[in-house]
Formats: sequence, C-alpha cells, structure tokens
Amino acid sequence: MTAPPLLQTKSLTKRYGSVNVLSDVTMHARDGEIHALVGANGAGKSTLCKIISGLVPASGGTMKFDGNDYRPENKQSSESVGIQIVQQELNLIGTLSVAENLFLTRLPNRGGVLRGRDLHHQARAVLDRFGLTAIETHTAVESLGVGHQQMVEIATALARDCRLLILDEPTAALTGRESQQLFEHLRRLRDEGVGIIYISHRLDEVASLSDRITILRDGRFVETRDTASMTTDEMIALMSGEEAAGQIAEHQTYRRDEIAMRVRQITSGFVNDVSFDVRRGERFGITGLIGSGRTELLRAIFGADVATAGEVELTDVKDGQLFSHPADAVAAGLAMVTEDRKQNGLLLSQSIITNTTLCSLRPQFSRGGLLRIGDEERIASSMVTNLETHCEHIDQSVGTLSGGNQQKIAIAKWLVHDAEVFLFDEPTRGIDVAARRRIYRLIESLAKNDKACVIVSSDLEELLETCDAIAVMCDGKMVETFQRDKWSREKIMQASFSGYVS
Amino acid sequence: MESRKDHAGFVLRVRFVKQSKWLQIGIQYGGLIAVLALLIAVFSACSKNFLQPATLLTIANQIPDLTFLAVGMTLVLIVGGIDLSVGSLLALSSAILGVLMANYGWPIWAAFGIAMLVAGLCGTINGAISVGWGIPSFIVTLGMLEIARGATKVVTSSQSVYIGSQVEWFGQPIASLRLSPAFLIAVLAVIVGQFVLTRTVFGRYCVAIGTNKEAVRMSGIRATPYAIAVFAISGLMCGMAGLAQTSRLSTADPNGAVGIELAAIAACVIGGTSLMGGRGSVVSSFIGVLIIQVLQTGLAQIGVSDANKQIITGSVIVLAVLLDALRNRLSHRS
Repeated sequence: MTAPPLLQTKSLTKRYGSVNVLSDVTMHARDGEIHALVGANGAGKSTLCKIISGLVPASGGTMKFDGNDYRPENKQSSESVGIQIVQQELNLIGTLSVAENLFLTRLPNRGGVLRGRDLHHQARAVLDRFGLTAIETHTAVESLGVGHQQMVEIATALARDCRLLILDEPTAALTGRESQQLFEHLRRLRDEGVGIIYISHRLDEVASLSDRITILRDGRFVETRDTASMTTDEMIALMSGEEAAGQIAEHQTYRRDEIAMRVRQITSGFVNDVSFDVRRGERFGITGLIGSGRTELLRAIFGADVATAGEVELTDVKDGQLFSHPADAVAAGLAMVTEDRKQNGLLLSQSIITNTTLCSLRPQFSRGGLLRIGDEERIASSMVTNLETHCEHIDQSVGTLSGGNQQKIAIAKWLVHDAEVFLFDEPTRGIDVAARRRIYRLIESLAKNDKACVIVSSDLEELLETCDAIAVMCDGKMVETFQRDKWSREKIMQASFSGYVS
Repeated sequence: MESRKDHAGFVLRVRFVKQSKWLQIGIQYGGLIAVLALLIAVFSACSKNFLQPATLLTIANQIPDLTFLAVGMTLVLIVGGIDLSVGSLLALSSAILGVLMANYGWPIWAAFGIAMLVAGLCGTINGAISVGWGIPSFIVTLGMLEIARGATKVVTSSQSVYIGSQVEWFGQPIASLRLSPAFLIAVLAVIVGQFVLTRTVFGRYCVAIGTNKEAVRMSGIRATPYAIAVFAISGLMCGMAGLAQTSRLSTADPNGAVGIELAAIAACVIGGTSLMGGRGSVVSSFIGVLIIQVLQTGLAQIGVSDANKQIITGSVIVLAVLLDALRNRLSHRS
C-alpha cells in the first residue's frame, strides 16, 4: 500500500481544566476497513471521535486526512471532507418526518418551497438501499421505535457524502436482528472503500465485525492490532492494564455484621431482578459499563422511578416495601446524591444556604412553618468550613461554584439531614483531585459512624480504593460481587463485559 | 494533611458573613425606586398638580385591586406558573358579591365569604389541573379565564349590579387617614406575602420548586401540594381584588377588569420576577404596581391621549425588563 492512511492522528490531547481526558494518542485508520475502538468507561473513545469529527477542539496534536493536514473547526468542516459521525445520543428531530430528517441540511426546494415528492422519492431510495423498506418516509421520527430511529440516524449519516464513518455505540438500542442488518451494511460500505471507526462495548461484535482494533486506556493509546490476532480475554487484559496497577492506599474497613439495607429482586425498566445487602459501616461499590443499569437501580431503590417489583428493607422499616416517592425513602432513612447535580441535585441559581438546608427545613430549620434563618446560616457556614468548600460567602449562588464545590454542597445537604444509608451516584464525576480526596474522606467518615454507603461509579480505581466490596452490573443484572481480598481489576472487567461476550 | 496543602491559600478567602442587610436591600430595590422617583419627578415637572396630596391619595386608593392580583401573581410566577384567569376571577367574585347583596339582601360579610370561597376554589382547580396533571398553567388558566367570565355573565345576566353604600365604605378613604381600608389591607397583603415568601418553609419551597422541580423531588420533598396552594392563594387574592374594585365603583360590572391579568404580570415583571420561575419579590411587584399607576395617572394629568398612553406604558414595560436583563448580565459578569 503506497497510499497514505485515510486518517492519521498524532499526539492528540484533550484537557478539561486540569484533567487530561486524552493524552498523546497516535493512531491511524485506513479506508476500506472497519476499525474498532475499545476501552473501559472514560478511556477517551468518545472524546477521540468528537475531536476527529470537529465537535470538540483538541488541546494539542495534529491530524491528517487523506494525506492532507486536517484541522476541523466544527462539524460542518469535518463533513465537508467526508467524515460523518453517529453519536450515542440521537440527533433527530422527533416531530419531523423520516424524509425531512434524512435531508434536513439539504431539503430539495425551488425558491424556498419544499418539493415534497422529490424529497420522499430520494428518501425512499436511501432507505431502500439500507434495507429499511419497512420504514415509511412520511412517518414522524418520534413514532418509530428506538431501534428504527437509530437506523434512520445512521442512514442520515450515510446518505451524505461519506469517506469516514464514525459510529459510537450504534447497537446499544438495537435488537439482535437489527444489529445483524447494520453489520451487513457496514461490511458492504467497507467493501465500497469507506473507512469505518466503530466504538462498542460488545466485544463479541467487535471480534466478528472489525478488521483491526485500537485499545485505549485512561485516555492513552495502548495498542492497535489485527482483530484476528487477539482473543476477547486479551482485549480485556489490555483494557484493564492489570500490570500497570498503581499502589492502593491503605484501606481500613468499618463494616459491621448488622445489615443496614436489604434490597430484594428489584426490577425497574432495564434493571432486572437485583438483590444485595449492605451492612452498617460498609462502603459498597457498584460498577459496570455505562448503560448497565446502575443509575436506574439507585433511582428505583430511592423511589425516584417506580420499580415494577422488588423490596427494600431498612433497619427502621422491617417489612420490605417499594418507595413510590423519594420523600418516603428519605423518611425511611435513605439519602441519594444524584449523578447529575445540575439536573436534579442542586438549585443552581439559589444560595449555598438554601441548598444546604433544603432537605431539612422541616423540622430542623423551622418552627411552626417559620424559617429559623440564623440556624440555617450557622449550619451552612459550618458545612462550608468542614468540607473545605471554596466560596466567597454563603449567600453566593451555587451555580457560580466549581464542579467539585458544587458536589460538596450536594453532599452537605444530606449530611445536614442525616440518613442511615447514603446512595452516591458518580460522586466524583468531573471533579479535581483535591476535591475528590475530600469526598473520599467524607465517605470514610460516614462509614466510621456506622452509616452504610452505596457508591456507583464508572471509575474503577475509585471503587478499588474506597470500597469494602464491589458489585458488578451488566445488562441490567448484578452479575457478581467481589470482596476486597478477592478482587482484581481483570476479574471485575471480565464481569462487566460478561453479558457482551458470546 | 494533604488537603491542608491543597487548600491553604483558599481557606483564608472564605468569608461567611453575609453582605450587610441594608446593602442588599439597596441593591434589590434601588433600581425600581429610582425609576419610580424619576417618573414622579418628570410628572411633577410637567404638571403643577401632580405632586399634590390629592393626586397621590387618588393613586393610593386606585391601586388595591391590582396590588392584590400582583401579590398572588408573584407567587404563581415564582413556582414557574402563570395565572391568566385573575381578571375573570376578579369579575366573578365581584358579580357574586353584587348579586348576593343587591338581589338577595345578604350582608356584606356573608356575600364576601361566598365570593372568596368561589374564587379560592377556581384557583385550586387551576392548580390541581396544571400541577397535578402537568399541563402548562398558561393553557389551564386561559380556559379558566373564559369559564369564569362566562359564569360572571350568567350570575349577573350580563347586567351591571348597583350595590351602593353597603360596600362603598371599603373603598372610601377613612377620614383621619385619608386612605381606604382596601389600600391598607392591600399593603398588609404585600407585607404578609413578602414575609411568607422569605421567612416561611412554604415560601422557600415555592422558590425551590420554581428553580428546579426535579431537584426538589430528589430532595425528598412532595412539592405538588405547595404548588397547588399557590394557585389557590392567587384565586383568593382575586376575591380580595373583587371586593376592592366593587367597593370603589359601588357596582359589580360583568365586563370589568378585562385584561387586568396582563397589568398584573407586567407589574411583577417590572419588579424583576422571572417568568421562568424561581426568582421574585412581592415588594418589588408592589413597586411595579406603583410604577404602572403613577404612569397612568401622570400621563392622564398632563393630557396625553389614551392611544399615546398605551404606547408609552408598553414602552416602559419593555424598557423595565430590558434594564433588568442588563442588570442581571452585569451582576453575572462580576
């Protein structure tokens, strides 16, 4: 092969603040190949693809496309050279028809007037080419199932002039048959000379579909190899980097024998029949790939989503029940620090005081419905001091704080309220190292005081460092629970992927 | 130990003392009061008669209706809703009052009690449907606007009902104070409203719901009853406004108070209440009412035609909101 590879990246780096999410990634993808990109959560796969398709700018490094320097400024400039990306989240407009979505950027028109017949004619041709004969071009996209929507999204990308196609977890919402159809199309496209970069957690798919595999770990390039020369076990070993494990700080357990919370056969949406026990003073980690049902599990326990079956039993509530509103869960002694503090954890435009005392206004900070503002200020100040929250003053709105300090407020409000069992969903996402350490110490001190903590995290290192036991979720089920003395990164990774390896 | 190192530089900067209370009040109300003072100054310069006790007392005795409505509207806007039915509910409670007193000879307290009951019930229905079923309050209260107006016409057979002196005392100035009971009670409503908003659990929850309903739910708080109660309060304020208007006009007019909901919303928005919810102050809305009324009276006094009055009033509303947006942007930057 004398022609240069279709896409080359050299030392690509992406920093968010002081955090490196991608460092020094050098790889290349050829035309006419399906190139799989694999790695654990947070390995940098999606970020790499966003940089290639111009959705986010790189902080450093260079790229070459088709031998020429390539420096996309936005999605349009990547599309103009022939790069199309299909992201995990759908980008369709639900109320518009399939045909309109397919040709949204170039609707056939004459002087601004839509040419409906041409539009549907062209759309029909595109859909037929991908075997989507069952989809009617006039239907509104929102009335299609998620699988079909995904297929329309992919068809939209392919309908445009495309030399390099990037697919980020395209099969997450597809059924087995739909996936197989998709793979056929992808193979056909490859044979036509299109380069394809394919991200997936499903290693069996990757093994059967791809020609070469690039493995990323912690934002770094690990290796590119021919698929044929690798087993899925080897992939997992490379992704987990067992040999590169860092030293773990000394761990002390505060676990007691008494059970604080018994969860029985919770079934809620995607979550399927999950049972586990948490003891007083225990730090119980839950890991798994994104989409394995971890957040859904916590929400079902907390009553944020109504579970279809199951029971939650706490020390104060002996006969198991399901909570239908978070208020019931809180009354029974639960607290939940949510994953997305902006969406549902904090009142961003309100002050530190308001946020800190929100859960505990009744009865702690009021008498006869009247607020005890002096008490509120006192507690908010002491929380700010204790958690080392950086702020100007406690009247400051929480939205003006940095992510780590916002998270401290989100936790503080539950510390003020107090609970027996604390549920933490991604407690350190997007937080700098210092704040992260502070939050680990905080969780440790909760354990020391006999509180049970359930910690959901995508960051395995975090759980290995803090937890007494780690449970692994995969495909909506809790597949295995490891105790501290028996776990290894590789075993946990293996369990995480267990449902996806045939 | 480690965190000491990380934080040493910052901990010193933390200041827990709040800004001084007077400074806060100055920041919060300074701009509005300046606008009000400016308007008064302009009209005083244009017309010798403006800055006379008589004019100011007239203004004071004209604003109770709008003030009551603005108190309720502020709370509704703060929880992220809107209440378009207030004008019709005012007219409905006025009609009930009129018909019961004039046609059936009921005493004022009994007739007023029924009027309040009906207005409160209509407000509760607004809240129950919009909050309980998650339907935009814009639509629900728009429906109530039509329903209540229709009901008003049914109750009065579309005729004005003259009541007379039995009801007039409420809107007439008390001799020694030269202010009407209606005005005094309206001011009391403003004070109580502001107190409820800033000093009670109920008020705090209202602000929280308007800021982020989902976060409130995830904090283990059942928000629905609070939000419904806010619409009920708005309904009750319509009942009060109905009494105030009826007493001022001695008459229940089935076609009265059309479009007053927009004036109430304008007063709140001039006062800096956010249409997106989560931010607002009853006192500021009251100053908004004063600004609107001073503008109306002042323009009338210097002989501006009705048409031009409308144009100017509209411009002032947009200008006030623009200024508020500008102020926000500046304070966010700093």
